[in-house]
Amino acid sequence: MTAEPVRIAPAPALHVAPGPHLTVSDFTARRMMADVLLALLPVAGVAVWIFRWYAVLQIAVCVAAALLAEALFSRLRRRRAPLDDLSAAVTGAILGLSLPWSAPWYVGAIGAFAAIGLGKAAFGGLGQNIFNPAMVGRAFVMVAFAASLAGGAYVRAEAALPILTQATPLSLAKGTAGAVALPGLWPLFLGNVNGSLGETSALACLVGGLYLCWRRSAAWQIPVWTLAGAAAAAVVANLLDPATPLTVLHHLFAGALFFCAFFIATDPVTSPLSPRGRAVFGFGVGVLVVLIRTLSSYPEGVVFAILLMNSVTPLINRGTVPKPFGGAVELPGGAK
Amino acid sequence: MSWPSRRARTFPHGVHPPEEKQFARDVPIEVVPTPAAVAIPLLQHLGAPCQAVVASRATVALGDVVGRAEAPVSAPVHASIAGVVQRESVATLPNGRHVTTVPIKAAGEQLEGQALYDAHFGGDWPLAGLDEIAPAEIVAAAGEAGLVGMGGAAFPTHVKLAPGPRRPVDTVLVNGCECEPYLTADERLMREAALPVLVGAKLVARAVGAKRIVVGIEANKPEAIAEMRRLAPELGIEVGVVATKYPQGAEKQLVYALLQRIVPGGKLPLDVGVVVSNVATAAALARAVLRGAPLTHRVMTVAGHGVREPKNLLVPIGLRLSEAIEAAGGLTDDAARVIAGGPMMGFSVAYLDAPVTKGTSGLTVLAARDLDAEPERACVRCGRCVDVCPMGLLPTRIALAARYGEWELAGSYHARLCVECGCCAFACPSRLPLVQLIRVAKARLAKMTA
Repeated sequence: MTAEPVRIAPAPALHVAPGPHLTVSDFTARRMMADVLLALLPVAGVAVWIFRWYAVLQIAVCVAAALLAEALFSRLRRRRAPLDDLSAAVTGAILGLSLPWSAPWYVGAIGAFAAIGLGKAAFGGLGQNIFNPAMVGRAFVMVAFAASLAGGAYVRAEAALPILTQATPLSLAKGTAGAVALPGLWPLFLGNVNGSLGETSALACLVGGLYLCWRRSAAWQIPVWTLAGAAAAAVVANLLDPATPLTVLHHLFAGALFFCAFFIATDPVTSPLSPRGRAVFGFGVGVLVVLIRTLSSYPEGVVFAILLMNSVTPLINRGTVPKPFGGAVELPGGAK
Repeated sequence: MSWPSRRARTFPHGVHPPEEKQFARDVPIEVVPTPAAVAIPLLQHLGAPCQAVVASRATVALGDVVGRAEAPVSAPVHASIAGVVQRESVATLPNGRHVTTVPIKAAGEQLEGQALYDAHFGGDWPLAGLDEIAPAEIVAAAGEAGLVGMGGAAFPTHVKLAPGPRRPVDTVLVNGCECEPYLTADERLMREAALPVLVGAKLVARAVGAKRIVVGIEANKPEAIAEMRRLAPELGIEVGVVATKYPQGAEKQLVYALLQRIVPGGKLPLDVGVVVSNVATAAALARAVLRGAPLTHRVMTVAGHGVREPKNLLVPIGLRLSEAIEAAGGLTDDAARVIAGGPMMGFSVAYLDAPVTKGTSGLTVLAARDLDAEPERACVRCGRCVDVCPMGLLPTRIALAARYGEWELAGSYHARLCVECGCCAFACPSRLPLVQLIRVAKARLAKMTA
């Protein structure tokens, strides 16, 4: 059977769509994620410089496992795997950078599966999750592999790199009461200390973070207020316990505070919408980090500070609805 | 961010879309040849439709009344060419409304070419004696001429000019911002016909009893600013340069930028003593009062990568959109979307047979390469829409509520205050149809309170 090919008049097809018919060209959800990956480059670079192939391996395992998990869980949900939106890669990279160099490969892999599965897919995928996926994964392995991730796990006496034989700064402060030789502020700022892969250099986090804020892929209010909250809480902690070896600047530059402020707290999905909400959120994260550091048995408090503030984000959103330009409409009968 | 911000000469938030004025800003206004026929819609304004008063086969001259306004908020329509009236028909306007039209087939002698241009913009515009014209006379002339706001909303001008003694007006703002990308009709008008614009502004002020007149122009139109500044002092009119930012031409944003007054939610500029009038409306008022001429023609831009010769055209009301496009050289091979108005607030058009109305400020014709290929994704709650909303709303929240049919929730996020400027959807990295969803919520809320 030979049918005549259907001929369609060559009139130009006019698209019809709701306005606006222009969109900002250099800002897409995918580009936001790509920006995060780009901004993580200095952080990852410092990690590789300090921890050598430990860092390469850890980050690679986490990113690969996160992508695999995204593909797998999308299949389970019968959805096309949105690997091209890069959000799984971001989750994997942040998780990898939040782990110690010494964690065995399967810790990162399992953490990535927990991050994507429990943290994201279970809620319905990108944009639907309540908790920061990377921090869900980090909390999961923190509990499941407590020994591999405790402060002591960062230190190996027999390690080839001398830096790996030192305790992390915050563990030092926690472990021995009284006189301890904390690293100076300068090495803390530059990152030449032991710790989780991405947290050691405040400078690298600052460089990447400023790029993110300049691109508006991260809301600048969050890092500013996170650091302000931590500084405020550290001042109070110093006043209450003048003997502590951790000064305000130690609190700011040691541990994962800068990494948290610029890369973790700024996850748009799990942080508030309005500028005022972001300020409240950031301040809360900062205060909680220092609170957990000083009062709990953990040397560092980023994971739980983030998860706790994530849990109150809907509440913050509700309480910080901006006042419209010109105020609300008054309707007869007091209805809104 | 809290209101008010004391940054003068602009408004808080907003976006910077590509300006795209280069297509037609330096192309002088061209008179389109008289078409073979026009179709005059009986509803071109906000308010009630008017009633046809001419029978089929009647002969009409340019400017004859075709439809009479019977409701208080309405405006008459006039024959935009001389000719013979045809049977009433129905047209779909770009905004989706079906309206009755009165078609007129051209016949007899036409006013066209340079003579038509001069009748609109040329000749003498007497500056003396403007203050002797009675306000009621101005309002009546605007009503008879069928004047409506020509910036887009098309609100009947005689209603706006008669606010009543309860609400005193001290300032008239003349809106020459033209913040929509691509459109250059208002800019050309200010450059070629500054005098009628200024005279019209004077008449608006006379009608509402305002002492102060300020023309607001975006900084990206230096020639228009210079031309207005050259003539304005003589008439005691100020020229205020405002930042080039979208939506600078939105009423409340312009009132804030030029006067630092905030129009309360759900109220009008009138409530803070201001009347805002578009430059084209002002020019049409001058024509109506001083020359007794009804609103039969308007200047519109046809621009974009999708037309061969972007132009500013003086067109008769009721001209088919396709004929306006032909006058601009026709569509290019890769023309992909025709938009009535600018790309931010305009409506994409499915039928090019639709007629030009009094509110048609232009046609933006986009080529395939101008269209965004980015897929819609889930909201990542980045808050960009919140950062750019000139009304200080939470667009993504209203849109989400609308998606789930939670109309009252949408209302509690002040959906009613949305001016549909499109900043949120312009800035959205997930390409959500925010404006469309908010429109649905607004329509539902209006029905619920009605």
